[in-house]
Order: sequence, then C-alpha cells, then structure tokens
Amino acid sequence: MTKPQRDVWADTLIELANENPNVLVFDADLASSTKADKFANAHPSQFLEMGIAEQGMVGTAAGISMLGYVPWLSSFGIFFSNRALDQVRMAVAQTHANVKIGAAYTGLMAGLSGKTHIDISDIATMRAMPGMTILSPVDAAETAAMTRWATATPGPVYLRLAREGGPDVFGPEYVFEPRRVVPLREGTDVLLVSTGQQTARTLAAAELLGREGISAGVLHVPSIKPVDELAISAAAAAVPLVVTVEEHTVIGGLGGLVAEIVTAHEPRPVIRIGIEDTWGESAPNAWLLERHGLTPERIAERVRRVWNAE
Amino acid sequence: MGADRPLAAADAERRLADAATETDAATGTADLEALARRGRLLVMETVAHSGAGHVGGPLSAMDLLVALYFRVLRIRPDEPGWPERDRFILSKGHSSLGLYAVMAMRGYFPVEELLTFDTGGSRLQGHPDMLLLPGLDASTGSLGQGLAIGLGVAMGTRRRGLPSHTFVMLGDGEVQEGQVWETVHVAPRYGAGNLTAIVDRNGLQQYGWALEPGEEHRGSRRDPWAGADLRGAFEAFGWRVLEIDGHDFGEILAACDDVRSGSEGGVPTAILARTVKGRGLSFTEGRAEWHARVATTAEAEVARLELAPAPAAAGVDSP
Repeated sequence: MTKPQRDVWADTLIELANENPNVLVFDADLASSTKADKFANAHPSQFLEMGIAEQGMVGTAAGISMLGYVPWLSSFGIFFSNRALDQVRMAVAQTHANVKIGAAYTGLMAGLSGKTHIDISDIATMRAMPGMTILSPVDAAETAAMTRWATATPGPVYLRLAREGGPDVFGPEYVFEPRRVVPLREGTDVLLVSTGQQTARTLAAAELLGREGISAGVLHVPSIKPVDELAISAAAAAVPLVVTVEEHTVIGGLGGLVAEIVTAHEPRPVIRIGIEDTWGESAPNAWLLERHGLTPERIAERVRRVWNAE
Repeated sequence: MGADRPLAAADAERRLADAATETDAATGTADLEALARRGRLLVMETVAHSGAGHVGGPLSAMDLLVALYFRVLRIRPDEPGWPERDRFILSKGHSSLGLYAVMAMRGYFPVEELLTFDTGGSRLQGHPDMLLLPGLDASTGSLGQGLAIGLGVAMGTRRRGLPSHTFVMLGDGEVQEGQVWETVHVAPRYGAGNLTAIVDRNGLQQYGWALEPGEEHRGSRRDPWAGADLRGAFEAFGWRVLEIDGHDFGEILAACDDVRSGSEGGVPTAILARTVKGRGLSFTEGRAEWHARVATTAEAEVARLELAPAPAAAGVDSP
C-alpha cells in the first residue's frame, strides 16, 4: 500500500519550497485533512490561512500569482468545482493565472462524509473550462511527479488527490508528461480506460478477465486535459470494445472524453462504468466501490456480460 | 450620432490629459473637472455608438476614476507593467466604459479606440479583460471578486518589498455579494494596510427594492444598504473607514493621500464615497433605469450641451 496522495502532495511541496520561496500554500481551514498542515509546520511563512472562505481564497491566490508566486490551494475538490467555481472560472481560468488547485478527497472515498462532500462531477465541470489542466494520478510516484510538474509549469492546474492510499503502479523513476496516456497492459478483445486511483482496480479487473479468456488491455489517462486524442483513438482502433472506468459520474467525465474521441475517429461501442447519475452517500469505501461497480470483480463481471452479449 | 465625435475630440482629449498630468495637485482641480466632463461625454457617446453598455455606474464613478488616474495612482501609461506601480482593480466591472474613457484620456490607448467598445475582436470588452488590454490589473465582471484579487496583489507586492498601493473599486450593490465579506474578514489578519476599497455609493443597483411609501432617497429606488450600517460593518471587521463626497475632488484627493500615508499601520481602509448614479447629466442622475441604457438622439444632444468643456478649462480648445 502506497503513501496516500494527500501526504505525497504535501511532502513534495515541502521539498519544493525548500528550494523555491515562491511556492505558497493557501488553505481554507482544511489543512489537517488535506495534509497542508505538514507544509504549514515546515514553511510557516509560506503558508497562508484564509479561513472557511474558498471563494476569497481562490481570488486572493489569483492576485498573488500576478507577482510571480506559485500558490497551491488546499481544500476539498468539491469546494473548488462547486462552491468557488465562478472564482476558478473568472479569476483563474479566464486569466490563465498561475494557480494550482490541490483538490483533496476527490473520487468516491471522501472519508465517510456523504453526498455533500463526494464530488461526482469535478472532471466534467473542469474539463469544460477552457485553459484548465486536469491531472488525476494513480499512485504516490505519479502524484509527486505531477506536483513537481505543475509547480514548474505556468498556468492553472486542477490536481485530483485521493484521501486513501492505494497500490503502487509506478516506481520512483516515473516521469510525468502532460497529454500522455500510459498503456499498462496489452489486450486484443477489450480496452479498459481508467484514471486516478481507479486505474489500479481496473488493472486488477483486466487480470481477472484474462484468466477467463478475455484479453483486456488497460490504458491509464493521468492527464485528463490536455490529452493525447490520437493515442486514445489508436488504442481504441485495436479492439472491438472500449470500456471506461472512473470514480465519477458516467456523464461527461473520462467516459464522456473517451466517447467523444472514439465516436469521432474510430466509432465502436464505448461502455462507461462509473456513478450512474446519482449522488454519493456516507458508507465505508469498500461498500461504495461495490455499490458503484468499481471493484475489480464487479468491473470484470460487467465487461464479461457485455462481451458475451456482443 | 457619436461615431465622429470621439474621433474629433481625440486631440483636445490628449491636451486635456497632458495639462492634467502637468498640474500640481496644489493648483486646484479645474483640470480634473474638465476631464470628468469629457469622460462622461465619452461614455455617453460610446454607448450610443455601440448600442449597448452601462451608463449609470461609469458616470457615478467618473470623478473617482479621474482623480485616481490623474493624481493618485503612481503609474506609467507607457509602461503598464511597471513593477512598482500602484494597482487599480475595477471590481464593479460593468463600469468598464468609465475606466476605458479615463485610461484613454490618460494615454493608455488612443481615444479613437473607444469606438471599438463591445465590437468583436476589441480590446475593450464589456467587462475588463486583463489579457487583452495592458494596464488592467485584473479581469472582473462577475461581481464580488475584485477585493479578494486585490488582497492577493497587495500581499504579493508587500512580500516583494514593492511600495505599491492597491485600490479596488466596488459598487454599493456589489457589496451585497458574500465573497466581498470573506476578504473584508481576512484582509486585517494580514495587515493589508496597502489595500484600499473604494465603494461607489451611488445608492442604486440594477433593480433592487422599491421605495417604501413616503421614503425619500436620492435615487428612484431604495438604497442597496437601506437600514444597514455599512460603515459599521467594515469597522467591525477591523477596517478604517473614510466617508467622502465622491464628486468632490478635494475630498477624494485628501482621502487617497490619507490611505497612502496610513498604510504603514497595517490596517486596510474602506473609502465610502457617496455618489449619484448617472451623475453629470440632468436626465440620468438618480435614475435606476440608466444602469444600462442607450441615449436617444435627442438625449445625446442634451448630453453634448450639458457636458461641453467649460471655458474655465484654460488653454484647451473646444472640439
């Protein structure tokens, strides 16, 4: 089990701030959840508490970025993609401000907090925003690489961070490149496309399918936007069936992205596995994954059903 | 009408602007009065030309904007990105045209360019776009956001050791936005003495509330803060508050001098500037419907007569 992404994010920022006094962290009173408190302890003068006031925090970060600072924001993803969305839109995305959004607790596993805190639609919302970069790491190595890349690259970034740890997929030598999609497993029958921590479970599902004689490839999409459309369409072209799997609503997220690309370039069925147009709820993580069909077993079961019906 | 007027006026405009920048503050404010009249006429004519735009807000803010750009702000129109400059953010972005008219008179861009306002491809968008027009310190339009951005700029200039002061202009209706109060709460915690909020208290918002029976007010609708103590609200959060007549150049300049000299104290200041929406024209003053309206041909003619350069603007030819 790898170190949780929120810890990796904070530890990486501490390292970056050791060398770069322009790295700042703005927090909206969730530092002890997002792990920005580690940064606050390590670099108190580069940590700016804004109180329970996400909209003001986003605007103030946009303002300070104009002076050459690199503000990272600490709050739950849901409050950036919903409550402070207008500020992210006008003050950050429309001005191409160098503001980095550390969107904590994204995906289904938001610590037993229920539908008010589970962000089912942040990819869909942020993806529709011109100029916004959206990154969704699978593990610790990728989280660290993305945090470094985003800090060094001008422009707005929305980094999806999971609360819990998950399996390691990449080693410490991993290098993040924007746009790039990462093939993790070859397959000739089905292409499974996934993002974030869900990719690890999707990989496990592909192994289950392989034992049953269904050859399933896995394509990891860490860079939701920008994304290498040609690579996705080429991977889709090699199989008769494409299945997307995400901790997100099936409306407009990774499934929407892949469907848009495949229908334009290599039309074929795209099955979208994810949250079926409903809200989250307070429940243990395993229960939520089961409920929304995101465990390896449930993914394999769904793919098998579709494959056998084809 | 309108199309040829700003063009014809352009030269006189520049001379007015030059005259103003060369005038020492101690010598009076007649030049500012003349610039404000000209700025108001540019607003009316530009809206008439483009067929859309806001009038009431730009006119109420015009004297404040002229004072800021011609006396208060340390800026270099030929070097808009000068790091040590003072910053100005028009949080009430729908008053963009008032800002554009003043920036043009100040030399940021040709006065003729006002004719492109609201047309496709123009740098002069309906709401200010900092990516398009050099000299803008923020993009605004969705109300309530400018003060937070201004706090970030003020914190940033101070961290960089720059002497800059950041002024943010808000509408009194705009201050109803909740986000404003997030920043009102936080700014004193960071000792943002180099941040000043100027509230253009023109007493009217786009629609608002109807006057109560028998209620008197300087506008045709209720004051956005009727029954509330706006001064007390800022003070309760730890802000210093100055209340002034936003059409009296003497009071405007004194207040701005005051906030600059007081900025070392680490307390942000709110200047509550009492103004009249649609100020300067007999048929727009205090009329809520002039929040956004286009002058008829007859109204535009009245505007030209009422806003004609005063003979007192010595050395400046009438266009």
